Amino acid sequence: MNIGSVNYRIGKSIGFQLATILFAFACVVPLLAILFYIVKAGITKINWHFLVNVPKPVGEIGGGIANALVGSVIIILVASVIAVPIGIMTGIFLSENRKSKLAYWSRLSVDILQGVPSIVIGIIAYFWLVKPLRGFSALSGSVALAIMMLPIVVRSTEETLKLLPDSLKEAAYALGMPFHRVIFKVIVPCGISGILSGVMLSIARITGETAPLLFTAFGNPYLTTNITKPMHSLPLLIFNYATSPYNDWHDLAWGASLILLMWVLLLNIFTKLITRKWKVQL
Amino acid sequence: MESTIVKDSVVIKSRDFNAYFGTNHVVKNVNIDIPRNQVVAVMGPSGCGKTTYLRCINRMHELIPGASSRGEMKINDEDIYEMHPIFVRLKIGMVFQRPNPFPNLSIYDNVIAGYKLNGIKLARTERDRIVEHSLTRVALWNEVKDSLNKKGSFLSGGQQQRLCIARAVAMEPEVLLFDEPTSALDPISTSTVEELFHELKTNYTLIIVTHNMQQAARVSDRTAFFYLGELVEYDETKTMFTNPKDNRTQNYITGRFS
Ligand SMILES: Nc1ncnc2c1ncn2[C@@H]1O[C@H](COP(=O)(O)OP(=O)(O)OP(=O)(O)O)[C@@H](O)[C@H]1O
Ligand SMILES: [Mg+2]
Repeated sequence: MNIGSVNYRIGKSIGFQLATILFAFACVVPLLAILFYIVKAGITKINWHFLVNVPKPVGEIGGGIANALVGSVIIILVASVIAVPIGIMTGIFLSENRKSKLAYWSRLSVDILQGVPSIVIGIIAYFWLVKPLRGFSALSGSVALAIMMLPIVVRSTEETLKLLPDSLKEAAYALGMPFHRVIFKVIVPCGISGILSGVMLSIARITGETAPLLFTAFGNPYLTTNITKPMHSLPLLIFNYATSPYNDWHDLAWGASLILLMWVLLLNIFTKLITRKWKVQL
Repeated sequence: MESTIVKDSVVIKSRDFNAYFGTNHVVKNVNIDIPRNQVVAVMGPSGCGKTTYLRCINRMHELIPGASSRGEMKINDEDIYEMHPIFVRLKIGMVFQRPNPFPNLSIYDNVIAGYKLNGIKLARTERDRIVEHSLTRVALWNEVKDSLNKKGSFLSGGQQQRLCIARAVAMEPEVLLFDEPTSALDPISTSTVEELFHELKTNYTLIIVTHNMQQAARVSDRTAFFYLGELVEYDETKTMFTNPKDNRTQNYITGRFS
């Protein structure tokens, strides 16, 4: 082989490496751009006043997003209370009964559920809850979001538990433990980091969902903690204000966007920390 | 063979015992009497049903989907298959081929896992006593007494296996089942565990599956030889190794097949 052809190959290899670096960078650019833009537009709006006050009527200066902030927290909490136990139990069932018919069908439905557009889930919640109960409510929004969380919690629980060695379960059974103790004292604690990270990711996933809340939680200009009444939330507030014709409402929307972004970012960081800290070394 | 054993000293008794995986008949008409406070070695070529038979004794076999069994299996003349499996497993402890301490528990909690995870409340002093006693029995106390709060998975393989034995011993069972307990261990850990068997048989009855004939000869009082799911021969270990009655046993111990 002559030197020229080797040089040509080395050149090609370097070129290829540069290309991968370039594309990797290209992926980071949109994220950085979004971050930069939202931080720039939102950071000046965020202050104590912004966080603890409800919006003012059009024309009045000031006002904050307290109603949306509190609403988002409540709606997401209630959604988690609904989705997490059901999701974890289903995940346990799927990992314990890998081959049963019921497992096959529930796995399939969970997968399909994951692909259902969020607006459709919103409509379903509207027809199932809002119409029969004759009114918009935070609870119906939570149910819609819970449905969106379910597939993530179920699958991450199942995948986590499947990876645990059978020897662990055998050790527990051999000590005379009944099924529920084997699950809750051994299997779940050993997989807790994976299960929790699934829960956190599912929360991060629904935090910004607007469509399912449009005709369920609906929105509310006042601060409320009653989950049977309409309630505001950050994505709804952003949607309403960003599409309004008023400049100071646009500002509120930017501030709220930044809060939402930080929330999701923090959740992701927390998830990483939990996964690392609570990981059980097998 | 049966007549040599005093009746009330028999702990485990199988009569026409069979085990299946689906339609696969893997343990065939096994009749055996395991005498109290003895070490019984179970030997035989790979796939002959040793593990399956062992797991039938404490009803672990039935946990595998499709697995079933038929026949008589008794502990102290009580039918194991008419007791609740949880009682069976409390009376008959098991140690596995690969050490499997609970990775989420400390060494201390691993020892009392059978109480703790079963929700049995013990006074602090009682717990401490059980932990120290069990770890001393398995010759692990001196090695770990200063790191009882560390996770069990930090120990070496041999230490982990002794921890698993301590965990079984802590429940004060009558019988301890071992499925190739030293096959994942180095020679030094192996001999430590073998010495344990001598220790343990004063309080317990041990049934040990092993592929290692020297080990069987060293540690056991009696040996059972399985072949293709059948119990071919069951006798005093000395007799078995010096004067086997069945051809197949002879072939096996002279290394003509494995
Ligand atoms: N989980 C299982 N599902 C189906 N069949 C099994 C299972 N485990 C074992 N078998 C079958 O049962 C038979 C006996 O297996 P067993 O594990 O009892 O043998 P063994 O004597 O312990 O072998 P080894 O010395 O290799 O451990 C084998 O033919 C095996 O194919
Ligand atoms: Mg085996």
